[in-house]
Amino acid sequence: MSMSTTASQLIWLVPALPFLGFVANGLLSLVPAWRGERVDRAPSGRRTTVSAIGVGVMLVALALSIWLATSVSGSELSITSSLGQWMTAGAFQVDWALRVDRLSVLMMLVITGVGSLIHVYSVGYMADDAGFARYFAYLNLFVGFMLMLVMGANLPVLFIGWEGVGLASYLLIGFWFGETANAVAGKKAFVVNRIGDFGLLLAMFILFTNLGSLDFDVIARQQGAMATPLVTAICLFMFLGCAGKSAQLPFYVWLPDAMAGPTPVSALIHAATMVTAGIYLIVRNAALFSAAPVASLVIVLVGAFTALWAASVGLKQWDIKKVLAYSTVSQLGYMFVAVGAGAYTAGMFHLVTHAFFKALLFLGAGAVIHSMHRALHDAHRHDDAQDMRNMGGLMRRMPATGALMWIATLAIAGIPPLAGFFSKDAILSAVAERAMESPLAESSLGPIPGRAILWLAYGIGLITAFMTAVYMTRLMRYTFHGRFRSGDDVETAVHDAPWVLRTPLIVLGALTLVGGWLQLPEVLPLGRAGWLADWLAPIASSSGALLAGTSHLSHTSEFVLIGIAIAVSAAGIATAFLLLKPDALTTKAAAPAEHGIGLILANDYFVDTAIARGVVAPIVSTARKVLWRGLDLGLIHSVLVQGSAQVFRVVSSIASRAQGGFAGSYVWAITLGAVALVGIFVLRAGR
Amino acid sequence: MIREALLVSAILFSIGVLGVLTRRNALILFMCVELMLNAVNLSFVALSRLHGVTGQVFVLLVMTVAAAEAAVGLAIVISVFRHYRTVDLGRIRLLRG
Repeated sequence: MSMSTTASQLIWLVPALPFLGFVANGLLSLVPAWRGERVDRAPSGRRTTVSAIGVGVMLVALALSIWLATSVSGSELSITSSLGQWMTAGAFQVDWALRVDRLSVLMMLVITGVGSLIHVYSVGYMADDAGFARYFAYLNLFVGFMLMLVMGANLPVLFIGWEGVGLASYLLIGFWFGETANAVAGKKAFVVNRIGDFGLLLAMFILFTNLGSLDFDVIARQQGAMATPLVTAICLFMFLGCAGKSAQLPFYVWLPDAMAGPTPVSALIHAATMVTAGIYLIVRNAALFSAAPVASLVIVLVGAFTALWAASVGLKQWDIKKVLAYSTVSQLGYMFVAVGAGAYTAGMFHLVTHAFFKALLFLGAGAVIHSMHRALHDAHRHDDAQDMRNMGGLMRRMPATGALMWIATLAIAGIPPLAGFFSKDAILSAVAERAMESPLAESSLGPIPGRAILWLAYGIGLITAFMTAVYMTRLMRYTFHGRFRSGDDVETAVHDAPWVLRTPLIVLGALTLVGGWLQLPEVLPLGRAGWLADWLAPIASSSGALLAGTSHLSHTSEFVLIGIAIAVSAAGIATAFLLLKPDALTTKAAAPAEHGIGLILANDYFVDTAIARGVVAPIVSTARKVLWRGLDLGLIHSVLVQGSAQVFRVVSSIASRAQGGFAGSYVWAITLGAVALVGIFVLRAGR
Repeated sequence: MIREALLVSAILFSIGVLGVLTRRNALILFMCVELMLNAVNLSFVALSRLHGVTGQVFVLLVMTVAAAEAAVGLAIVISVFRHYRTVDLGRIRLLRG
């Protein structure tokens, strides 16, 4: 008991530490302006302080998270701590309450663990940047809000974190705001996210009017009191929020643009943590979602199509970060397929392993970009440091980075025994299992039976796995193999990542190697099976069982599913090796124009163009013509503002003539008035 | 008796009003205003026969206020004369809008 008391007191420290780091580094970032310094690079003493604060708070938060994880590993399943009331209205009450249970602590470990590594990496990556302190302040701010998001014991506290990470994401995407494109990308991310947040708010309003509480425990306990269509509506609105935050169709468009931010930011926010908030929200409200099969089927469908859509676009991207961005969208789609199918453990499992290998890929790509950028800069070249066509053969110059990225590539492609193989297999077999026999398969989405949707999702999952293997192998071959395409002088200037960048890569590589052991399938004799399922059992198993049914796959069919998954991945890698010809590639400047399907994929099915023409342009022209010229200038300015002034001018010019300044005329007025008044009274009295 | 008193009062009041309306000299105007006040006083006193002592009390009040008004008013007239060298209201038109 005493342990949990201490634990509940210390819970607040976990998000408070990054916030403290934000305040400290934020103040430090103001020092140059305050002193009137004009430098391109912060002095090394201040950089040391900033790094110590930024990384230090993360490490302490990580240590606390590990300790909290041990606290909830036993019989005690959750620790809640309330800092006091936030708002009360009648019977409705919201507390500033944080909650640590096995689900949130898992997220906390990912956030602080991967976050710490990325903070360390950033110390090296951002060393030459004038905004070093500002960068770490934003990064700490992000982690603080993200921790609030996963630790909130009720929806409003979660929502603060939800909006806060959006803010931090906006600040970091537009970190180099000097270039308009970056600022625009940040704005786009913010606006698109807001559309989704609107859905989340609506879900909260419906919950409030029907349950009178937004506490996760209360929602899970009392959701049975609501009619199924109502629960479905809540879930769909919530999923709207998830689709915005986690970049699903049709809201994913902000994520590829978010690559405008520094690469470690892409790794932390736009791959490992923030974009997985939607998955977390669904698992957190598993009780709701498992009670709404229709909503779950919608999620499966959207997730599957997003996975396929983004993977196909990833096939034709040349910007190394864009490939990874579309890959992230695609993998998030996978996770949604899992949580939609009620395989909450599998979804969380893929979330964790994806955090490992995608962070590794992004940080590796960051190391490549960093090195390429410096080499091109030293050679006074202005070529694109992120375009794969300008790279090639980097394995010779950056063997450590290349080897580590190969590990992550094989992991995301689904090659055993790497983490991605197990998590992807967990999702695919869970979907197949549910497609064969489950309550979800029996339910239907309008006229479409659930079984068809689940089989479709399984098929799309396999196609996506194939594409994933292809585009990742393509990325690796174009970047690390063949000949270097930007000239010998640049090639000799490319160096492997320094140790401060390499250490986080190695740790993530190790995690990618062993991450699969979190949740081993029962059929493979590799160790204790289903550890993560046992860990999350208090949260997800009862809800998951609602959709999954009770029957299990036979060992034979599980072996078949695993075999199919491996075969598809291997086929993808082989295809990429057979079909792609890195030596035939030319640099970006000399590249021929794309045509046909390649052009469509390279431009992301022209979605951005379509949105710009179909949505943004009408809004802008309506705003310009109707709201600005019509309403503002035409009505408010001309009629109301200018018009009322005109009326007063005319009336007063007439009325002021009465004020001639002659005392006599005033006296006349007074007298006549008095006579008139007396006359009225006399006449009335006489009647 | 009251009839005659009220008649005199009405005549005096009308003379006062006419004076205020027709004359431009500030001093004369002032005297006309006093005349109107006293005409009202006269009717107060006359009517107090019918309605009790209240009218007479009112007269005392009016006389007090009239005295104060005369003091202030005459001071203003003197200041105006010092400034404009005239008390002709036709020439003092600062209040024009």
